[in-house]
Amino acid sequence: MKGLRLLMAFVAVVVALVVQVTLFPHVAWHGIVPNLCLLVVVAAALTVEAPFALVLGFAAGLTLDLAPPADHVAGRWALALTIAAFLAARVRQDQKPTALAVVGTVAAASFVGTSLFALSGVLLQDPDMSVAGLLEVVLVAVVWDVLLTPFVLPPLMKLFARFSPQWAAS
Amino acid sequence: MGAFGGHEGRERRWTGLDRLESRNRPPRSLLVALVLASVTLITLDVSGGGSSPIEPARRVVGEAFGPAEAGVAAAVRPFTAVPTWFRSKGDLADQVRDLEASNAELKGQVELAGFDRNRLEQYDGLTTAAEDLGSALVPARVVALGSRQSQSFTVTIDAGSEAGVGPDMTVVNNDGLVGRVLRVTRSTATVLLVIDPDSTVGGRVGSSMEIGFVTGSGSLDQKSGLDLRLVDDASVPARDDTVVTWGSATGPYAPGVPIGTITEVYSSLREASQRAVVKPFVDFSALDVVGVMVPSGSRSDRAVIEADGSLR
Repeated sequence: MKGLRLLMAFVAVVVALVVQVTLFPHVAWHGIVPNLCLLVVVAAALTVEAPFALVLGFAAGLTLDLAPPADHVAGRWALALTIAAFLAARVRQDQKPTALAVVGTVAAASFVGTSLFALSGVLLQDPDMSVAGLLEVVLVAVVWDVLLTPFVLPPLMKLFARFSPQWAAS
Repeated sequence: MGAFGGHEGRERRWTGLDRLESRNRPPRSLLVALVLASVTLITLDVSGGGSSPIEPARRVVGEAFGPAEAGVAAAVRPFTAVPTWFRSKGDLADQVRDLEASNAELKGQVELAGFDRNRLEQYDGLTTAAEDLGSALVPARVVALGSRQSQSFTVTIDAGSEAGVGPDMTVVNNDGLVGRVLRVTRSTATVLLVIDPDSTVGGRVGSSMEIGFVTGSGSLDQKSGLDLRLVDDASVPARDDTVVTWGSATGPYAPGVPIGTITEVYSSLREASQRAVVKPFVDFSALDVVGVMVPSGSRSDRAVIEADGSLR
């Protein structure tokens, strides 16, 4: 079961990343696209145990850092998504989260994740960008992620829950 | 017996604590470990610079994701092209004609590039170092775009080392300069667009032949496109003047490729240079067919457009 879950998480991250870089740019707003990888990580953090979600966050971030169109300093998305996963896992209660809680968690994780990435860019001067531009990017990214939540999170959470029965039962 | 029981009790308590821990609170040790791992990666990549130890990892991941991205892009292309079908009455022949037209324009682009280069060469008197400057174009399509959250303006194209593409080659489309190749995998290449804030291109103002540096402004908006700073602060660039690449045959950007037109000129007293806003010829929000300039006669897995316009 553990192996299956790992495989499923891997497939989810790969599909999310490929869709994010190939399909979403066609619907992007000023180049800002929904961050599907972040949604996968939040879905895992809300459903399965925290260590798995943290590692998944790191792995998904690393994939975002290394997969082709990326050229920023590697490790920045890994850092951002690990901390986003940590926050999302803290929010989870023992019962099934309500729809509002899920949307709130996604918004918070998206805000923190994208902001952390932007801040690491400011610190490293990876590309020199204005704060106003960064704020626009962060806010639009949060709106995109929240808009996609109803379509992406429920099926993903169901899948994660099915592959980790000890949590689905409680 | 009692000792055995105690042992069992302790074990149960341990597992119980463990479950409680993992359920309510994410383990801090793991968080710290992963954050440190990320910071290590960042440090490695930053300090490594051009020959970063992350580069092989990027290549491996690229080899795996490249074909997937190219495949998905090919699969979604019919759907993303639906609006254009409506405009052209959904005729497949129209699409073929469009492609032929852009192909022809790309050929013209190569010819123009060669012409401009020759003219620049005459102008500079660089006849001694002149080699065979004819270059060929490897046609490719953009399959993936980096998001703006990632703050870098890069795209993936579906031509890689098998098509004869290599790092630092110039990428153009039928309008002008698109960018340069950063790294290649077998079947794909990552291209840094000139609008990226990290991108700097040597530019030359068409009428005065003054040289300067064109940097990206980090915006997809065509109007705010690029910044031009002239080396000679005494010369003032004229509006509506064309900026072409200054380039060299060995450097990243081939010379004489049109970049854009000057729309606004600022001169600041504090900085000892003129600053001009350059509107790029290329519409970066609608990139599709591009050409990579490769040395003439290089091997490729696809038809190459030669400098004289012939297909090979």
